[in-house]
Amino acid sequence: MPTGLGAIDCDVHPMVPAMSALSPYLDEFWRDQVTERGITQLDGQSWPVNTPKTIRADWRDAKGRGASTVAELQTQALGPFGADLAILNPLYGVQMVLNADMAVAFTRALNDWTRAEWLDRDPRLRASIVLPLQDIGAAVEEIERLAPDRRFVQALVLAMGDAPLGKRQFWPVYEALVRHGLPLGVHAGSAYRHPQTSVGWTSWYLEEYVANQQAFQSQLASLVTEGTLGKFPDLKVVLLESGVTWLPAFLWRLGKTWKGVRFEVPWVDRSPAELVRDQVRLSVQPFDAPEDDPGAVQRILDHLRSEDMLLWASDWPHWQFDGNAAVPPGFPEAMLPKLMRDNALATYGRLRGEEGSR
Amino acid sequence: MNVIQAPPPRADARPGRPAAATLGLVDVDIHPRAHSHADFKPWLSERWWRYAQEYGPRARHGFTGGQPPFPKAQPLACRRDAWPPGGGTPASDLGFLRSHHLDAHGIDIGVLNPLQPSGQGDRNNGFSAALCHAVNEWQLETWLRPEPRLRGSVVVPYEDAAASAAEIRQRAGDPNFCQVLMMSRTAEPAGNPRYWPIYEAAAEAGLPVAFHAFGYSGWAMTNTGWPSFYIEEVSEHATSCQNQVTSLVVEGVFERLPTLKVVLIECGFAWLPSVAWRLDRHWRHLKGEVPHLRRAPSEYIRDHIWVSTQPMEEPEVGRHLRDVMGWIGWDRILFATDYPHWDFDDPRAAVPGTLPEEVRRDIYGGNARRVYGF
Repeated sequence: MPTGLGAIDCDVHPMVPAMSALSPYLDEFWRDQVTERGITQLDGQSWPVNTPKTIRADWRDAKGRGASTVAELQTQALGPFGADLAILNPLYGVQMVLNADMAVAFTRALNDWTRAEWLDRDPRLRASIVLPLQDIGAAVEEIERLAPDRRFVQALVLAMGDAPLGKRQFWPVYEALVRHGLPLGVHAGSAYRHPQTSVGWTSWYLEEYVANQQAFQSQLASLVTEGTLGKFPDLKVVLLESGVTWLPAFLWRLGKTWKGVRFEVPWVDRSPAELVRDQVRLSVQPFDAPEDDPGAVQRILDHLRSEDMLLWASDWPHWQFDGNAAVPPGFPEAMLPKLMRDNALATYGRLRGEEGSR
Repeated sequence: MNVIQAPPPRADARPGRPAAATLGLVDVDIHPRAHSHADFKPWLSERWWRYAQEYGPRARHGFTGGQPPFPKAQPLACRRDAWPPGGGTPASDLGFLRSHHLDAHGIDIGVLNPLQPSGQGDRNNGFSAALCHAVNEWQLETWLRPEPRLRGSVVVPYEDAAASAAEIRQRAGDPNFCQVLMMSRTAEPAGNPRYWPIYEAAAEAGLPVAFHAFGYSGWAMTNTGWPSFYIEEVSEHATSCQNQVTSLVVEGVFERLPTLKVVLIECGFAWLPSVAWRLDRHWRHLKGEVPHLRRAPSEYIRDHIWVSTQPMEEPEVGRHLRDVMGWIGWDRILFATDYPHWDFDDPRAAVPGTLPEEVRRDIYGGNARRVYGF
């Protein structure tokens, strides 16, 4: 683990221990609903608490859970990996809630919990505003409500939602994000509006986990072809826990198809690869390179044709690596300052201390 | 294992055939089309013929009459010059297919992959089985017996595995058929045990199973909902095939059937290494869930999966494609034109001339001869 680079950890996950933890942040009506209706937790199938992937074995507490306190983050990640800053991306199942009013209430409570229980307890922490996309107007309001607190540095949605993120119904959200200088973070996981594959429900968690790779491709295809990236050139989109090695092949295919049928989407006036290189960033845990071919990482970096797109993240407490090997092997030494810090500073305006609006 | 017998060396490359195709030029993706449903009538019972007239094919989407949810970029997604001068739709006329494609490009062997209307993926399993059977008889009668350069695919009603297995067993041993054909968008992931009888029958018959990009699963075309554009649908052919490879591997299909060969046609291929790497990496952490896998996922992929060239991904820097082809394995890549569709690959220009000659030779013909036993 390289030190002394002032690393910025772009993806760590505080875990809500139970619905009761959010109760103090709910109003009386929703607190009552939670109690009366027996809503004890919102843990989702994207991250089953006991599976090996969700919490690394040596990061679990006596009860088998983890990532429930700032102290754990400090001793397990911030300290060992030498991070100057870390961005909290809460993955509690608020996106799965079908009642939009309930979703908005729970999501607000989640964001307030993150602020009070995490941001207020360590100055190195920043966070994402979790968005209740069940109600676009409420999602915009949530951005407006929290954007004045500059420790919120991006907004967060899941890779698998109701509809592809490029669709115009989401554009008011992107207007608000651009207004406040906030990137859109898209994290692995599903709201379970659709099966994890376009060919139906998977049998195994392994299949389900790897299927996030397809969701990220679909989201980028949508953000490009709907004209969303073109419409919002100042919007940065950060793919979190997406894996990386799939990206070149995806762009080669989309670019070729675009050349063939661009008359269908005449507003896309630059190649998908250019748009994505300018506006899309990816975290590198996992990277998904082959384990037996040390040269492959350099080949993939060549295929990406950019050193500016990748952001370091530990993905704590998810199990992506053992010990302190938080940087995927194979990166050239010369790229580490960008990977560990500079690219994050270039992506997250608020980490540079800039004012939000341009 | 197939015995490989190379044809005698030929000094006379026919017009159109690339010089590097010294093991012959095999096109693994040609789409014959019926003039109309009536072409299938001789092999349909009175009941299903009447059903076809009154209710018609019903895919797992809302449109009827062959109208796709995402309108194609051209009528029937075909080359404008592929409409036979004598009338009819592209690739519906053997004479014109011969002159426009087989002769013009020097195709030695062409594999037919009939698409809609073929009965595949129909919501009515009984109709699906009846129409698929008729399509296979139609292939024999209309294409395969009159033209020795063509090979057929056993079109199966894949949502009914038992009926599919019966259709495969009926065709086993008939040299006119070289593979079993499924569409890439099945109603459940392809590795699901409900489909295993298909793979068992195919392995028993010594036929590879091809997945051709297309079909309608009934689910949204992405795992995050319905996209808007045809360009997205084309992109999603790759993602659905990625899911199918994952499912076939993780469900243990290749562990169960060590001789099964799977050919991905028109699915692209540059994504395959990344899928294999990702599966390996996360399998190491989730092995406990899938003890039926005795090898790393990438090993099953390397041993059991072949890919076709068209549409070949196009990197901004051409040589990057060579990295990917090498990762997949030069012996796994089969040439395809996709005739008569708009995104047809001309054999003279499609395979990069920068590849070593023996690699081009194998892509044009040698690899297909090995996998199909031609």
